[in-house]
Amino acid sequence: MSAVRTLVVWCPDWPVVAAGLASVPAAVLASGRVVACSAAARAEGVARGLRRRQAESRCRGLVVVEHDPAGDARAFEPVVVAVEAFTPEVEIVRPGVCAVATRGPSRYFGGDEALVAVVAAAVDGVLPEGAPACRVGVADGPFAAERAARGGVVVPAGGSAGFLAGFPVSTLGDVDLADLLVRLGIRTLGQLAELPAPAVLARFGPAGEAAHRLARGLDERPLVARTAPLELTVVAELDPPAERLETAAFVAKGLADRLHDGLTVQGLTATRVLVEAEWEHGERMGRRWRLDGNGGRGAAALAERVRWQLDGWMTSASVGDQPSGGLTLLRLVPEEVRPDDGRQLGFWGGDRAAAERVARVLARVQGMLGPEAVVTAVPAGGRSPAEQVRLVPWGERPPPGVDAEPPWPGRIPPPLPATVHPVPVPAEVTDAQVSIAGGRWSAVTAWAGPWPVDERWWDAAAHRRRARWQVMTAAGTAHLMSQEGDHWEVEATYD
Amino acid sequence: MAGERLLPVLGPLEPLFPTQGLKRGSVVSVSGSTSLALSLLAAASAQGSWCAAVGMPALGLAAAAELGVALERFPLVPTPARATGADGWAWVVAAMADACDVVLARPPRRLAGADARRLTARVRERGSVLVVAGQWPEAAEVQLAVVSAAWEGLGQGHGRLLGRRVEVLAGGRGAAARERRVALWLPHPEGGVRSVEVVGERRTHARRVVS
Repeated sequence: MSAVRTLVVWCPDWPVVAAGLASVPAAVLASGRVVACSAAARAEGVARGLRRRQAESRCRGLVVVEHDPAGDARAFEPVVVAVEAFTPEVEIVRPGVCAVATRGPSRYFGGDEALVAVVAAAVDGVLPEGAPACRVGVADGPFAAERAARGGVVVPAGGSAGFLAGFPVSTLGDVDLADLLVRLGIRTLGQLAELPAPAVLARFGPAGEAAHRLARGLDERPLVARTAPLELTVVAELDPPAERLETAAFVAKGLADRLHDGLTVQGLTATRVLVEAEWEHGERMGRRWRLDGNGGRGAAALAERVRWQLDGWMTSASVGDQPSGGLTLLRLVPEEVRPDDGRQLGFWGGDRAAAERVARVLARVQGMLGPEAVVTAVPAGGRSPAEQVRLVPWGERPPPGVDAEPPWPGRIPPPLPATVHPVPVPAEVTDAQVSIAGGRWSAVTAWAGPWPVDERWWDAAAHRRRARWQVMTAAGTAHLMSQEGDHWEVEATYD
Repeated sequence: MAGERLLPVLGPLEPLFPTQGLKRGSVVSVSGSTSLALSLLAAASAQGSWCAAVGMPALGLAAAAELGVALERFPLVPTPARATGADGWAWVVAAMADACDVVLARPPRRLAGADARRLTARVRERGSVLVVAGQWPEAAEVQLAVVSAAWEGLGQGHGRLLGRRVEVLAGGRGAAARERRVALWLPHPEGGVRSVEVVGERRTHARRVVS
């Protein structure tokens, strides 16, 4: 089954345009890093991923604002309305990018090229002053179509695989998979597409299979149904009607959870959801959102999009047909459902609902104590027990680190100590006695070692020459101690 | 897994519990051994449960992995009291108990009895298990204490730590009130936790390994 022929409208630098800063040197930041910048800033060397200070040092007078996804969505509403004039089935991929199936409208306007021209003209007409012109492209499937839009080209039907062949595998947006593929010498989507499908599935699992399908110009996963069974649709009636966004968003949150739970029970996930709203005076509105692998398909991601949409309808002043009363009914219709292979959390090996619950709670704890307060341990290479794991703030990608694999001469053999002192405890050692942290002297009943450490001998400043010993005291407690000259420390305790 | 009333423990640890496993909604206290506390998490973690550790900055995580705890499902809050004062600990433990099946936590020195009772109730309501490393102000449902431990393999300047035989005294309230003594290899010289077949025999001296 080949992918649906899709037209994608891409508005470049959307977060900057939405912030009204497209015509000045400006950058939009999220978590301290540049996520978008204006053309003027780019010309000065500002790029995505830079830290604030780096960006400011490259471009004098740079205007910096925090990323506001809800604002992006609100500002995108007029663009969606403009595209909707050609076909009612517009899907928002994310603020700044929307997609339509071209079959009907292309026939009406006389071909894909003609449709591209009229859509581009209509969208440019509603873009704010100073915004860069939108780009429109057509290809098979939303993934290839978004690539086509960036290049502003129309890829002939069936030509998506050939069109994508030259793109690097990082285009897939899955950093871990792309890393692995590149290390294996598979650098482009074309090379990936040439591999036999069963081999890709066997080696890389469901994520690899999805990537392989995309690279071949197919849908990421086969559709279960274009129209999902009716009973999966969730509806909330609001009485009294919600006048405020907060109230409506709260209802939306519960509704998103219900939809997600209903799908999960059946092992499904929604890739496109229709958000429908009815208002006090009888107006009805609807918008389609595409939930792709990058944006996340969880309940939280869906709730966020519904909230953006409600925000767009309720608080946007720029759109003429704002609802005249409160929200009385909200309905979420999963329009495309696919088997849920647990892609996002596959590598956790656990069930997804539990992982999402944990993620929510950990985010709350991080909100309270700061992001550094919640960590996970990642195996790393090293000789001492403390070096064999690395703590990474929860939610952050572990930095590419020292491999656990290479041989570590002088590595402490297992079993490893269950207590590793964050700061080594000073100790004193005489003939056959040891005193820890100035405590009582205790006889050493058994010992072994040394495991010598000659770390960084090539670097005079960081060079350390130490020895580690396993030491057992008369109390029966075993310690891992390190010796540097006649200076002793307890690094860890086998308790 | 959420529907089941028991979380599994490693086979050799089953005799420590009257229910042969961790009863959801209960508090277990462990004193005298961090590795025993960690090994209580291993079986549940291996079966996909999320575990968490709160207030344990010195936890040996490589050892946790060695005992079978899945590190990717083991979020840690090493110093919970830093920003929120003394009750930060209770708040973080309560939050973790909402999301994770097993929470391993070392209480601050002066934990109020009222805080402990509130946490006990929260854990019971959520159906998670709180493993307390150290002293719990009120009587925990199951109380484990390592009463003796002897390492094997370490000699006078030779060998290395291989395995440790421990005797665990298990007590508690209700069904756990009857005291039990269980002899374990923690860890066994070949890795993992095993039960020691002959319970009565105890060694006070470490065996020498002649290699």
